[in-house]
Parts: sequence; structure tokens; C-alpha cells
Amino acid sequence: MSHATATHSADHYFVPEPSKYPIFGSIALLLFGSGAALWLNKVPAGKWMFFLGVAILVYMLFGWFGQVVRESEGGKYGHRVDKSFRWSMGWFIFSEVMFFAAFFGALFYARVLSVPWLSSGDNATLLWQGFTGAWPTAGPYAADPFTPMGAWGIPAINTLILLTSGATLTWAHYGLLKGNRGQLKLGLFVTVLLGAIFLSLQVYEYMHAYADLNLRLDSGIYGSTFFLLTGFHGMHVTVGAIMLTVMLFRASAGHFRPDSHFGFEAAAWYWHFVDVVWLMLFVVVYWL
Amino acid sequence: MAAVTPDQLHGHHGPTGLMRWLTTTNHKDIGTMYMIFSFIMFLSGGVLALTIRAELFQPGLQVVQPEFFNQLTTMHGLIMVFGAIMPAFVGFANWMIPLMIGASDMAFARMNNWSFWLLPPAAILLIGSFFVPGGATAAGWTLYAPLSVQMGMGMDLAIFAIHIMGISSIMGAINIVVTVLNMRAPGMTLMKMPLFCWTWLITAYLLIAVMPVLAGAVTMILTDRHFGTSFFNAAGGGDPVMYQHIFWFFGHPEVYIMILPAFGIVSQIIPTFARKPLFGYASMVYATASIAILSFAVWAHHMFATGMPAAGQLFFMYATMLIAVPTGVKVFNWVATMWRGSLTFETPMLWATGFIFVFTMGGFTGLICAIAPIDIQVQDTYYVVAHFHYVLVAGSLFALFAGAYYWLPKWTGHMPNESLGKLHFWCSMVFFNITFFPMHFLGLAGMPRRIPDYALQFADFNALASVGAFGFGLSQLIFIVVVVKCIRGGERAAARSWESAEGLEWTVPSPAPHHTFEEAPVVR
Repeated sequence: MSHATATHSADHYFVPEPSKYPIFGSIALLLFGSGAALWLNKVPAGKWMFFLGVAILVYMLFGWFGQVVRESEGGKYGHRVDKSFRWSMGWFIFSEVMFFAAFFGALFYARVLSVPWLSSGDNATLLWQGFTGAWPTAGPYAADPFTPMGAWGIPAINTLILLTSGATLTWAHYGLLKGNRGQLKLGLFVTVLLGAIFLSLQVYEYMHAYADLNLRLDSGIYGSTFFLLTGFHGMHVTVGAIMLTVMLFRASAGHFRPDSHFGFEAAAWYWHFVDVVWLMLFVVVYWL
Repeated sequence: MAAVTPDQLHGHHGPTGLMRWLTTTNHKDIGTMYMIFSFIMFLSGGVLALTIRAELFQPGLQVVQPEFFNQLTTMHGLIMVFGAIMPAFVGFANWMIPLMIGASDMAFARMNNWSFWLLPPAAILLIGSFFVPGGATAAGWTLYAPLSVQMGMGMDLAIFAIHIMGISSIMGAINIVVTVLNMRAPGMTLMKMPLFCWTWLITAYLLIAVMPVLAGAVTMILTDRHFGTSFFNAAGGGDPVMYQHIFWFFGHPEVYIMILPAFGIVSQIIPTFARKPLFGYASMVYATASIAILSFAVWAHHMFATGMPAAGQLFFMYATMLIAVPTGVKVFNWVATMWRGSLTFETPMLWATGFIFVFTMGGFTGLICAIAPIDIQVQDTYYVVAHFHYVLVAGSLFALFAGAYYWLPKWTGHMPNESLGKLHFWCSMVFFNITFFPMHFLGLAGMPRRIPDYALQFADFNALASVGAFGFGLSQLIFIVVVVKCIRGGERAAARSWESAEGLEWTVPSPAPHHTFEEAPVVR
């Protein structure tokens, strides 16, 4: 946008030139969605469409974010674009909060309302012999007993790990603000490492649930809420860890200045968000 | 600015032809694509509606089989809600918000492109689901469990289509929020903003808050269908009614997502043709915000017949009736704006006044449906169908047409043909009422919705409604003629295309140049 740079002024707002990346993203999600639907219905081609979609999506994300990073480092984003990024990241995280709210709401509704109702009055005897409606439950049709996941083993350790990672990330941020690049890189590295340990322990916990506790995705409403809440959280930790890894690479490449580093801050906000979601999970899914 | 012709500004950088539209970052190009897409979806959803009305012309089964009929009602709803009405309003937002607040473009121009170009893939998934084994989803547009847990592949395609449309909506909404909050010209304070921008700002918040909840709901359906979870399966301790709660927590704010921007458009048009400023501007803003906040506390009025505790019924009944207060504020403000104004009834004003009249009728039937003991009688009858078509067709759609006639001069540089526009309005108004007014009687007499066959006693009103529906459908072809004529030529539009139109959008030439407000105007 040559004429735009010519009229550069204090209140000029950077408007990017036409971009090929969005349409790649659309093709990717078309393949992703149709491929997933076909795959789930046992059509062999679906799997390949799905993976092709994922591959195109990865290409698109690399290209698009790469371009954003180059524009940012090239000084094209002024103060107002920075403000736009802040607003948008905040509201994006709010939309993620609402996504989790749907699943927390489902857990609340099942525990507090529908399961007690199922076992109240005549329902208990009419519905299923011996159904008490106590939580955790696999439902009235509980042919296959399971052991619920305790709070004070791996989940408590994981809580500690995530809380520590929030602190190391803030330490890295202080390093960036003070211009101490070593502290920035070390802090980011430790945070990503803690995230990876958290995820490994989650994987171990899932294996333990399936192998030893007979707690599975199809273990009634308890299994459904347990695996979907912790699973979606784990996916978000993965995304957050990838974001922080990118920030680590960018920090190593000399990006970010003490007064201008919103990419880092956005990743940090996201990391703190998954941290808070975990605390909620720990209290209402594992502990209470 | 005025010295530069649009031709010089068009395509002097960037690709041309198809690639221009695939890669564009221009809010006007993207707004145009949104509107063309939504009109195509409107016609597609309309064809489904007319097939439904053809089947219902007479009792008995003549045109389609019952299972296909269920697919038609479901897909008509999904296509109209997610394909036609919502994208049309986003198109208006894209075109008009930067022009109204004096911004050079939307805050995130590349993401804006992706928000639009996600819609055609979603439409392909949705409409393509008609052609897979088992056909499209037939669970109703609300996709209630357990029906939606039992359907074939069409249901999975619908779920992924909803996910993609949700991503598009959330990105579009964040873009609008940031544009309004961060891109206003110097001096354009929030309380000086045109009401259309206010209604969209509030709508965008609703979208950000509830589209993820819908994503969660359909994700639970997907895992119930394929991965053995029991969210909506009572045998596993879940509850099909839980789906309704989660869905309507999205669904009720969703109906305001489809009407608040309509309020905004009407609030732009009435002052222009009454030649008076909008009466009660601040109260309009507060009323819009009140409606949005209340919309989160009324969802279970869609579920009175599911057997909830009386305390719950009372809470949701009174909370719902409370919404009549801010809505009434709006209607009275529009009427007060017209009071003693120098009124003229050009096509946009006809649509806007028609909107007030017919939308208010839909509002009243909404109040009637909100009363729990009455709702139990009319739940799932044609009374409800009449109610929500009065607010969605006579409300959202009429406002969209009003806005289209109002801003066509700014988009094309030519005035729309008044005679054809008025013909379009009167045909739509008359045929709309012939179609949907008898449905009130049908519903009160007990005719259930989503049923391909009915008792003989309902025959006359159904025949009448079907005649009206075909009349309404054909009337919309007039609009295509108006728009094509308007693009090709006609009376040149001045920058201020309507005599006493206020706002920054009327300070730029008609048609608006490809780039506007690259230097922000100063608003006093």
C-alpha cells in the first residue's frame, strides 16, 4: 500500500494489502470439516481430507503469523494497532472462557440438578434398581463400575506446576522489561518445559484412568464431563505452549523491545487464562 | 478526496478479477460479498420454505415425504438464521461502520476477509449434507437431543458447518468491537456515534459471549454421537433437557443478535425522513444494552413445556416480560421521532415504518408466548411459527431491505428505482401478512409445527398461507431487478443522497471511493 506510507501521520492506521492466507484457511477448514464428518462415518477418503486440511491450516498459520511478525518488526504497527491487538486478544480470551463455561455449565447441571432429579421420588425404583444418584456416577445404567480420579495425586502436582509456570513467565516478562534478554529466554524456556511436564503428566493420568481405574470417555456423565473438560484444557495448554515456544524463538532472534512486545504479552495472557481454567477444574472436577 | 475518481482507486494495487475478491482486505469489497452471499442464502432458504408451503397447501402428502419435510424445516431455519440474516447484518456493518465513524477500514482487515470466506465452506457443508446418505439433518434448527444424536452423516456436516460459522462470527464480532472502540475519528465520542454502530457494538458482545456456547453444545452432540459420552443420554446420567438449556443460553441472545442491528438501521432511517433528530438517543442506547443484558436471563422461556419447577417458570416468565420495557422504549422513540416531523415516504421510510408496525405485532405475540400457562398451550404450534416470523421476517428482513434501499445510493452511486421499490414493499407487506397472519389462528386451533400433514379443519388457512408464501417469494425477485438496475445506472446520487440524512457516510462521494477517511475527519 504505497500511497498509505506516503501519507504517514500520527493517526495513520496500518491497513494490510490483499492477502492470500485467509482463502487458504477457508479451504483448510472445508477439508477439515468435511473430512472429519466422512472419517467419523467410516468413509476412507475422509481421513486424508482431514489431514490435508490440517496440513494446509498449519501452512496458513505459519505464513500468516510470519507475515504479522515481519510487519511488527518492520515497525508498521503504531500505537493504535497495538491497542487493537490488546482489545482483540482480551475479547478472544473471553470467548474461550464462554466455551469452557458451556462444559462447566453441563457439569453443574448434571451434578446439581439432573442426577439428583433422576434419583428422586419414584424415579429411583422405576428407573433402575439400586440407583442412588450420588456423584460421581456413571448414570442409572452403571454396569461397569469405575474409580473416580482423586485430587491429591497428579492433579495437585499439576496445579503446582502450572502455578509455578505462571510465576516463571512473569519473571521472563520482567527480564524483557528490564532489557535482560538472558532472563527472558531462560524464563520462557522454563515455562515451556513446565507446560510440557504438565502435559506429560496429563497423558500419564489418562493412561492410568483407562488402564487401572476403568474410567473412560463412555463412563457415563462423570467420564463425559471429566474427559471433555480436562481434554479441552489440555488442548489449550498445548496451544499456549506452542505460542510460548514461538515467543522463545522470537526472543532468541532478537525480537521484542521493552516498550513494544505485545506478541509476548498475548501469549502470556493466554497462558494465565489456561492457568485459571485449570484452577477451576482442579476445584470442581477433581476436588469437590 | 473528491478529486480522485473511484476508477483510479480501484485496483491500482493488488490483484484483479477473482483474485481481488479472494484476497481483498477492503471493508467495502468484503461488505459487498457478505451481502451477495446472504442474498443467495436467502433465496436458497426461501426455496426450501416454498417447498414446505407447497406440501402444506393441502392436507395429505403430495409433494415430499415426511422425512424430507423434516430436513426442509431444519435446513430452512439453519440457512436463514446463519446464512441469510446474520451475514447480511455483518455485511452492513462492514460497509457502514467505518464510513459512519470515520475509520479508514476495519481494525483487522485480513481477518475480516477470513471471516467472510469461512462462510462459503460452511454453506457447502450445510447444503452438501442434503446429498449424503440419510440426507440433511432433520432435528429442527435447534438440533435437539436425542434426535440430533441419532441422525446420519448430515448431522455431522451440520455440526462442522456450525463450528465454522461460529469461528467466522466470533472473528467478525471481535473485529467490529475493536473497530468501534479504537477506530473512531477524533471527536466521535461514543455517545455521538450513529445508533447503528451502537446496536452493532452491543450485538458483537452478544456474539462473542454466546457463539462459543453453541460450539460447546454441538461439540457435546458430536461426542455423544461418536465417542460414547453421555451428556444427553439419561441412561448414562445425562439429560436431553440439558441440551435445551445450553442451546437456548445461546439461542435467546441469538434472536437479539438478529434484531438489534435491525433496530439500528431503522433508527438511522426514521430521523432522515422525519427530518428530525432521533428522539431519545441516550435512552435508545440504554434500551439496547438492557435488552442485551436481559437476553442472558430468559432462555428457559423456550422450554416451559419441559417440566421445570414453578419457581423457574415464574422467573423466566417475568424476566421475559421485562424485555418489553426497553423494547417499548424503542418503539415509542421511533414514533416520537416521527411525531410532527416533515414526513415523506420514500422506499426506505416505507420499509422502516412497515417494520415498526409489523415487528411490534410480533413483539406482542412474543409477550403472549412468554406467559407460562399460555405458552404451554401454544408451544410447538403454528402460533410460535407466526410469532417468530413476524419478528424475523417483518423485523430483521424488512429492516435489511430498508437499509439496502437507504444506502444503495452510497454503494452504487445511483438512486434505486422508487416505483419498483415501493412495489416491492407493498407486495412484501401484503403477502407477508397473508402468509403469516393466518398462522396465529392455526396455532391457537392447535395445529402443530414441523408436521407435513394436518387435520382437515386447518385446510383453508393453510391454503391461504401457501398462496401468500409464493406471492412473498416472487415479490423478492423485484428486489433483484431494483439492485441490478441501480448498479447499471439510474439517477445519479449526490454525496448526501437523501435530503436531510445526517452522518459521516453522507460526506463522502456516491459511490463511496474504494478508500475513504485515510485521513480521519474531525467531528465536532
